[in-house]
Amino acid sequence: MIANYGYKDGSGEYYISIDTDKCTSCSAGRACLTACPKGMFETITDDYDDEVAAVKQAFRRSLAFDCSDCKPAGGYTSLPCSTACTPGAIKHSW
Amino acid sequence: MTAGEKKEYWRWQETCWIDESKNWRDAKIITAGIDVGSVSSQAVICVDGELYGYNSMRTGNNSPDSARNAINGVLEKSGMKLEDITYVIGTGYGRVNVPFAHKAITEIACHARGANYMGGNTVRTILDMGGQDCKAIHCDDKGKVTNFLMNDKCAAGTGRGMEVIADLMQIPIAELGPRSFDVDEEPEAVSSTCVVFAKSEALGLLKAGYSKNKVIAAYCQAMAERVVSLIERIGVENDFFITGGIAKNPGVVKRIEKLLGTKAVETKLDSQIAGALGAALFGYTLMQKQGASAKAA
Repeated sequence: MIANYGYKDGSGEYYISIDTDKCTSCSAGRACLTACPKGMFETITDDYDDEVAAVKQAFRRSLAFDCSDCKPAGGYTSLPCSTACTPGAIKHSW
Repeated sequence: MTAGEKKEYWRWQETCWIDESKNWRDAKIITAGIDVGSVSSQAVICVDGELYGYNSMRTGNNSPDSARNAINGVLEKSGMKLEDITYVIGTGYGRVNVPFAHKAITEIACHARGANYMGGNTVRTILDMGGQDCKAIHCDDKGKVTNFLMNDKCAAGTGRGMEVIADLMQIPIAELGPRSFDVDEEPEAVSSTCVVFAKSEALGLLKAGYSKNKVIAAYCQAMAERVVSLIERIGVENDFFITGGIAKNPGVVKRIEKLLGTKAVETKLDSQIAGALGAALFGYTLMQKQGASAKAA
């Protein structure tokens, strides 16, 4: 399942997509949880009883601001979350 | 109506229905799904995995009470007691506040499952236009979600936005859709993506000499464009099905169909019950797995 967390507003589309099929058998030891400087990720048991990563509810409506430190202007050349996710489950839409 | 009374144009039809042809007393497994949404609450009862009855009403200011009121409507109509129900699943915005639920499941999974039942197992794309949020969902032939996204950050493209326009125009909400087609030519959509600004814009159009019908058409078009931009992010795969209250508004539905170039699957059932129906069906599957036939205490 592709879970898109985020929103679209007047300034653009801000979604973090998590491919839960790649996430259930995480070979990276849930590195996304510690890789995100703001601790935006958590593990949940989804509706189909799979343990997967998800974006915490508190961050889902403010991704444009919460992720801004990791975007190129913030000095990162690659995103810590998607880099740490070696199975390639995490993608940003912007 | 006296001068002191304020007519509630936004108030939509609440419904309560049971299938008189079924006898719930003969059932092995009775399950219920309670969808406590931000604007409306639904209770659905399934007997042996088939829809038996439902109640759809406005959510009050207290989720547990809304859940109780919703289920009580069906119980009273059918002569059933809460104890007769084997398993209850809560879903929606207030799913964790359903006091008599055994489990909570997100509305995304429940809407997919409900749409699979209502529209058939060929349904692949679901648009849920809820009271205060909007979801685009992909599912497989079993109604399992394969892709979803949700807009719950603002009320644009949701039922609450339509309620605001109904009040502004002083036209009952059920009449908005049909009236939006009663125009000489299709107007431009209102440009604002925000309900608050769209309301101001609609007022401006009225002052500029637009007829009420033309303003409604402009707003319906804006809503359609808004949700289409959401659904296009995950793509549309046929069959396409719309759930939620706005599915009853042809002014929005027809415009969505035109923008997407595909027709939505029609159903005789109330589009608002999809989430609660999905929850009840989840309960049935769970009980089947457990081999339960005894009633829960």
